Amino acid sequence: MDEIFGIPTPLLFGQLLLGLINGAFYAMLSLGLAVIFGLLNIINFTHGAQFMMGAFVAWMLLNYLGIGYWWALILSPLLVGLTGVILERTMICQLYKMDHLYGMLLTFGLSLIIEGVFRNEYGSSGMPYRIPADLAGAWDLGFMFMPVYRGWVVVFALFACISTWLVIEKTRLGAYLRAATENAPLVQAFGVNVPRMITLTYGAGVALAALAGVLAAPIYSVNPQMGTNLIIVVFAVVVIGGMGSILGSVLTGFGLGIIEGLTKVFYPEASATVIFIIMVIVLLARPAGLFGRA
Amino acid sequence: MAGHSMTSTAAPVGPQQHIFGFTKAQFVALCVMFVALIVAPFFLYPVFLMKLLCFALFACAFNLLIGYVGLTSFGHAAYFGMGGYIAAHSAKVWGLTPEISILIGALLAGVQGAIFGWVAIRRQGIYFAMITLALAQMIYFFCLQAPFTGGEDGIQAVPRGNLFGVISLANDMTMYWFVAAVFVICFLLIHRIVHSPFGQVLKAIRENEPRTTSLGYRTDDYKLVAFILSATVAGVAGGTKSLVFGIATLTDVHWSMSGEVLLMTLVGGLGTVFGPMIGAAVIVAMQNYLAEMGAWVTVIQGFIFIACVLAFRRGIVGEIANLLRVRL
Amino acid sequence: MTTTRRNVMAGAAAGGAALGGLPWRSARAQAANTIRIGVLNDMSGPYRDISGPYGLECTRQAVQEFGNRGFNVEIINADHQNRPDVGVNIARQWYDQGVDMIIDVPTSSVGLAVANIAREKNKVCVNTGSATSDLTGPACTPNTVHWMYDTYMLAKSTGGAMVRAGGDSWFFITADYAFGHALERDTANFVRNAGGRVVGQVRYPFPATSDFSSFLVQAQASRAKVIGMANAGADTINTVKQAAEFGITRRGVKLAALLMFLPDVHALGLQTAQGLILTESFYWDLNDRTRAISERLRPRLRDVRPNMASIANYSGALHYLKAIADMGVAASKASGAEVVARMKAIPCDDDAFGAGSIRADGRKLCPSYLFEVKAPSESRGPYDYYKLLQTTPANEAFRPMNEGNCPLVRA
Repeated sequence: MDEIFGIPTPLLFGQLLLGLINGAFYAMLSLGLAVIFGLLNIINFTHGAQFMMGAFVAWMLLNYLGIGYWWALILSPLLVGLTGVILERTMICQLYKMDHLYGMLLTFGLSLIIEGVFRNEYGSSGMPYRIPADLAGAWDLGFMFMPVYRGWVVVFALFACISTWLVIEKTRLGAYLRAATENAPLVQAFGVNVPRMITLTYGAGVALAALAGVLAAPIYSVNPQMGTNLIIVVFAVVVIGGMGSILGSVLTGFGLGIIEGLTKVFYPEASATVIFIIMVIVLLARPAGLFGRA
Repeated sequence: MAGHSMTSTAAPVGPQQHIFGFTKAQFVALCVMFVALIVAPFFLYPVFLMKLLCFALFACAFNLLIGYVGLTSFGHAAYFGMGGYIAAHSAKVWGLTPEISILIGALLAGVQGAIFGWVAIRRQGIYFAMITLALAQMIYFFCLQAPFTGGEDGIQAVPRGNLFGVISLANDMTMYWFVAAVFVICFLLIHRIVHSPFGQVLKAIRENEPRTTSLGYRTDDYKLVAFILSATVAGVAGGTKSLVFGIATLTDVHWSMSGEVLLMTLVGGLGTVFGPMIGAAVIVAMQNYLAEMGAWVTVIQGFIFIACVLAFRRGIVGEIANLLRVRL
Repeated sequence: MTTTRRNVMAGAAAGGAALGGLPWRSARAQAANTIRIGVLNDMSGPYRDISGPYGLECTRQAVQEFGNRGFNVEIINADHQNRPDVGVNIARQWYDQGVDMIIDVPTSSVGLAVANIAREKNKVCVNTGSATSDLTGPACTPNTVHWMYDTYMLAKSTGGAMVRAGGDSWFFITADYAFGHALERDTANFVRNAGGRVVGQVRYPFPATSDFSSFLVQAQASRAKVIGMANAGADTINTVKQAAEFGITRRGVKLAALLMFLPDVHALGLQTAQGLILTESFYWDLNDRTRAISERLRPRLRDVRPNMASIANYSGALHYLKAIADMGVAASKASGAEVVARMKAIPCDDDAFGAGSIRADGRKLCPSYLFEVKAPSESRGPYDYYKLLQTTPANEAFRPMNEGNCPLVRA
């Protein structure tokens, strides 16, 4: 079979693969959002700006300190995560008892400030960031030409998602986290420092966004608005997966990446809208999302 | 969602005299508003005031839903923008008079609200917000693709036309009085709705939906009607705005517009009568007067939002009302 | 780099606050002998680096070089945030409070709307920022001059010249909005007229797309020799970056950017951008005069080199002031249309674009240049990015007047 619906099969395979790569970004970003929502009950609108910060910090490390990609992969999430910890301690911690709206408004305001400051400092057209030499080049897969770096993105994202999932589901710390989500005062009564755990969780969620930012820096334009357009799509991913469901957001991230990739072949004009169509259908059929608990 | 109730804006009040359904304090505020409406154009730039009124109306429509029924729509740009496009098209291509154009725009926004509302009210809280957002994104896609909207150039050079086919609205002051009249009519209409028995049921739904159902009210029907009303008034606001500026563009259907109206309502004071208007005034004034600050506009806006959440959670009007221990 | 932009910005903000912060009524008391120019552009969004603070500084340079010839010139500035309602509101208010001319105005929805207001108020608008060729077509007015590039000129230069250079089969990656469609349609026409063919195209959602690999792979599968990017800004940058990643240019496929500016190339870096084909009507290293003006602008722009959009503000403002000096302040305040008529009547000449003229439909004529981005080894210093491939003379660069459907021409 050479063609499926008039599209040559090799091309289709290529598109599936590319969809998977985009899905890796959706998965990583929505994972952070889901972790934060699950424990803090905060819809973190700053996520896009923090993704952007991750990419920018990588660029700064390279240009001001000469620190390359591999160290940036560790340092950038740490630094951005630290800013997240500060935000949580100073502002976000005041909002846990409040309606979601206030959390959204606060984090939206924060993202306006962060993006505005970066735009004033670095302009809007972006910064160059090159693919690390170790990952340059490409494989010829027969049906398509596959850059090594993209393969790395998928592998690394999968690794990050699985480790996060393992930490939350299989470790004692994860058990505390899940317990605190259910009943924070009770967990606190058992001697667990819940506020500190919450702070660190927010920092970790933010660090995940920054990690995705570092991964994105070599292939996307590193500019202050790079997270703005992504954030709405990532919200949709989290909602479709089921708010707060870790596994749901990861699987949905990859799945929607693939669906979007296919749309780019058959009807590219709608590739940004298809996710919202799916969201409406899913929410009507399963009110709490694909993997959420009603 | 259910566990976290919204910050109540209503201060404890004793029995009060009511004047046309307004409390005494509200009546005073209403008088101030009327005076301001009459005096303002002699001090401030009329086009700016018209923009302010259009957004104030939009925020009032939005407040009808979020403040009185407790439904957070994140897709109100769809009705605002569609009202604008349809009104602009009616006025420019069909050459209809402004009031008819706005009515057609409002009608279509209402029909759209009926369809979308019917889909969305089946879900609650954040899921309701997300469905309305998704539906609005589809409308955005439609407006980007449909030939009559002119893509990102928008519908340009829309004539203001003659009111009732007689009074020319080309003059900014004449247009202002027309917009002010539209605003006042819709404002009073919303007030009337909120204070009718129907409005009481809406508030009951906000406070406790299961109990309202158990009292024998079909809450879904009430929510749907409120949704349609809100969409229609949003359509009026959008249509009026497109005539004021002579353009209808994609900005008005973009999701950030849905976010903006939410901000206006929150900044002004959720569920207050005058809050949305004040909130709209603050945000529109920021866009206009901060434009001269160049790139710092968004940063300053961000700080104001944060201040609102951390320090003035009831919104401007809500805080004032709380301070004076009255309802506004 | 860091300090540069901040200082430019600080200057812009201070200037704006000082001049523009006046309440609108008191402004009426301004001396009748002052010409007020409003720079309305994007200071905080995606088009900021193309013009924004740099366009403002270029306008200031024009006023400084023009000197005092019997009247004062004031410049005010505002950020329209790429929102038509904000832009329209500011433009109306400015014109009503005594601003005589508005310059820059990027984003076509805002540009077209401000042109309409200029006509309504009988003032002047010099548009140097919008790409839509409608400004000198169906939407042309006696009050607006379109200074720089438009979609037709970009398409003609890049499309026509590329085919002659051997790039005869094209695949378009088009942003799905009116600007992208116009670029694609016009370029495809020139490609076909020059004997080339279009083997495919894909339209992607704007502005919600940041991954272009899918479209690049489709383009590669079509075996086209040229990939035409009918988009702008961050989209173009992303496309180029990802094309380099997928090794598309290394396999002999040419990338043609249908709208790209010097700051975009700067953002990409030469390593990624090398070999890219693009059209601008200005390059700082073109000749002695362009080098001279770029040198004079250096302190203002803090070492950033001007591009065709930012320097068009210099050229446009200078020519406007010459027309004012020619006809007197009182006469020019009486009618914007008269000012534009005078601008069309007197010849243009400045260091940025050399000698030129303005057509009856409001189109400023100047040559367009097809450039190729240099490889890192060919570049001798900062901003040494382009090598000239081909020049389209001023009288051929733009759409012929009789094809534009401009009401002013038919009348």
